[in-house]
Amino acid sequence: MSFAKLALRWVDDRFPLSSFLKNHLTEYYAPKNFNFWYFFGSLAMLVLVIQIVTGIFLTMHYKPDASQAFASVEYIMRDVPLGWLIRYVHSTGASMFFVVIYLHMFRALMYGSYRKPRELLWLFGMLIYLCLMAEAFFGYLLPWGQMSYWGAQVIINLFAAIPFVGPDLAVWIRGDYVVSDATLNRFFAFHVIAIPLVILGLVTCHLVALHEVGSNNPDGIDIKKHKDKSGKPLDGIPFHPYYTFKDLVGVVVFLMVFTLIVFFAPEMGGYFLEYNNFVPADPLKTPDHIAPVWYFTPFYSILRAIPPLFGSQFPGVIAMGLAVVVLFFMPWLDRGAVSSIRYRGVIYKSWLASFVISFLILGYLGVKPTSVWGQFGNWLDGADRAVVVARVCTASYFLFFFLMPWYTKIDKTKPEPERVTS
Amino acid sequence: MRNIFYLTLLITNLACSADTVVKLDDANIDLNDGLSIQRGARTYINYCLGCHQASYMRFNRLGDIGLSKEQIKEHLILGQQKIGSPMLNNMSKEDAESWFGVLPPDLSVIARSRGADWLYTYLRSFYRDSKTATGWNNLLFPNVGMPHILWEIQGVLTLKASDLDETRGELAVISKGHLNKIEYDGFVRDLVNYLVFMGEPARTLRVRIGIVILFALSIFLVLAWILKKEYWKDVTH
Repeated sequence: MSFAKLALRWVDDRFPLSSFLKNHLTEYYAPKNFNFWYFFGSLAMLVLVIQIVTGIFLTMHYKPDASQAFASVEYIMRDVPLGWLIRYVHSTGASMFFVVIYLHMFRALMYGSYRKPRELLWLFGMLIYLCLMAEAFFGYLLPWGQMSYWGAQVIINLFAAIPFVGPDLAVWIRGDYVVSDATLNRFFAFHVIAIPLVILGLVTCHLVALHEVGSNNPDGIDIKKHKDKSGKPLDGIPFHPYYTFKDLVGVVVFLMVFTLIVFFAPEMGGYFLEYNNFVPADPLKTPDHIAPVWYFTPFYSILRAIPPLFGSQFPGVIAMGLAVVVLFFMPWLDRGAVSSIRYRGVIYKSWLASFVISFLILGYLGVKPTSVWGQFGNWLDGADRAVVVARVCTASYFLFFFLMPWYTKIDKTKPEPERVTS
Repeated sequence: MRNIFYLTLLITNLACSADTVVKLDDANIDLNDGLSIQRGARTYINYCLGCHQASYMRFNRLGDIGLSKEQIKEHLILGQQKIGSPMLNNMSKEDAESWFGVLPPDLSVIARSRGADWLYTYLRSFYRDSKTATGWNNLLFPNVGMPHILWEIQGVLTLKASDLDETRGELAVISKGHLNKIEYDGFVRDLVNYLVFMGEPARTLRVRIGIVILFALSIFLVLAWILKKEYWKDVTH
C-alpha cells in the first residue's frame, strides 16, 4: 500500500474525510441538464471567499475611527503595496455579490427551486440574502465618505419612523444622536466579524439542505424517480468531476468580467463607488442627492413610492420591509401544478415578467431624483411622472406575490416530462 | 420626532436637486502625457497648494510622472518638507475660515468626486462680480468662496451685459492676461490632468496590470474549456 493510501486510511479512521468527499462531490449526483443559470451558486461561494480574503487584508490597514477612517482608506489606495487592488477587488466584490445573488434567486423563481422539498433550502437562502444586505449596509459606512455617512443616516432614520419606540431605537442603533465614531466602531464590528460568522453558518446550512434533498433542475422534475440498479439517478452525474470542471469555466468567465471592472472601471460610472464618497463625511453638510448603492435601490424606490401617512414615513418603511419579507413565503404562495417555467402557462410567465420589469424600473428610479422624468401637465395634478410609475411598479411587485395562490392555480400548465430534457 | 423630520427632509430633498445648468466642457485628459502632468504639478504647487492641501499625496509620488528625486526637491518642495512628506501648507483652519468663509477643501481626491470635466470648466468660469465678498463669482459654482487665483494668467472676464440670466451667462474679456484663451485652456487642462493623476496615482499601473491579467485569464479559459469538453464527452443527452 502506498504512503498516500496509508495516510488516507489513518485519517479516515479518525475523521470521515473520504466519505465526506464521496457524499458531497464524487458521489453527489446532480441533474445533468444544468444550464447557464446554474453557475451562480458556485460563483456566490467564490465571491464570498474573495470578500473574506480581501476583507482580512483591508482590516490590517483600515482604521475604524471617525477621524482616521477616510484617510486610512486613501492610505490603502496609495501607500500600501497593491492596496488599491485589494480595495477595488473588495468594493467590486460587494456589488458583484449582489449581481450573482440576484441572478441565483431569479433562477429559483424561474425553475421553482423553492418548492417542496426545498422550502428550508429557500429559507436559508433568504436569510443569507438578508445578512448580505446587512453586511453591505454596515460595510458601506466604513470608508466614511459623504455617501457612507448620509446613506447610513437615512437608513437608520427608517427605524426612527417606527411609532413610539422608533426614535429610541435609532439612538440605540447609532450609539449616539447622530451617526458618529460610536456608530462607525460598532458597524465595523458587525461588518468584519458578526455578520460574516452568521453568513458562513447559513451558507453551511444552505449546502447541507441542498445535498439532503438534491438539486433542482431546469425541468423542475425529480431525478431520483428513475434510478439504475445500483441506485444512481439515471439523469444524474457526479458533481465532481463534471460540475467542478464545468463551473471552472464559469469561474474564469466571471473572473474576466470581474477583472474588466476592477482594472478598467472600478467606479462603474459611480454605481459601484459613488463619486460623492470621495468627499470625507461631513455631519454639517447634507448632500443634494442621497442615493443608496444600486443593489438597494428597488427597495428604496418602494419606500419613496408609498405616500406618508399623518406625516410619518412608517407605511413606506413597512412596505420596504414587506418587499423583502414576502419572498420568504414563496414556497407556500405558489400553488402551481408544475415547478419549471418551461411547463408553466402564459399567466405565470406574464406575472414573472411583470415582476422582473417592475424590479428593474424600481431599481433605476431609486438612483434618480423623483423629478427625473418631469411632471404630468394637467393630468394627475401635475404629479411627478417617476413617482406615478414607481407606484404602479410597487403595486405590480406586490401583486406578483399576493395573487400568486390564485393565478398559479388557474394557469394552464403543460405536462412535465418523465426524464430531464437537455 | 426629529428623526422623522430628517427622513422626510432627506426624501423630499431628492425631488429638489436640480441638474447643473452649465454645460461641462471636455477636459480631454491624458494620463500618459507625463509632460502635461508635470506642468500641472508645477501649477498646483505654485498656485493651489498655498490654500489647498493634498494631505494624502506624498511629494515622492511625483516620481510616477517621470521626475527624479533631485528635481522634486529642487523645484517642487518650496519649504523645508522632506521628500516623503505629504503636500501640506501652513494655513490654519481659523485663518482659512475667516478669510474665505470655509476651509479650502483638500484636493487629494477632488478629481474623483468632482470629475475632470467639472474642474476644467470650473477653472475657466470665473468672472468679476462686485456683489460678492471676494469680487469674483463663478458660473459653475455660484457665490463660490474662492477668488479667481489665476486671474493674472487668464485675464479678467465679466458677464455679458445683455445676459440677465446669470446661470446661463456668457463671459467676455475685459482685460487680457498673460495667456490667450487657447493657451489658458491648455494651462488648465495640464492642471486638471495633474489633479486626476493625484486622485489615483496607481491608475496607469492598474490598467497595465489589468491587460496582463485579462490575457492570462483568456488562455486559462481555453484550457478550462478543453478540460470541460473532455470530461463531458461521455454525458449523453
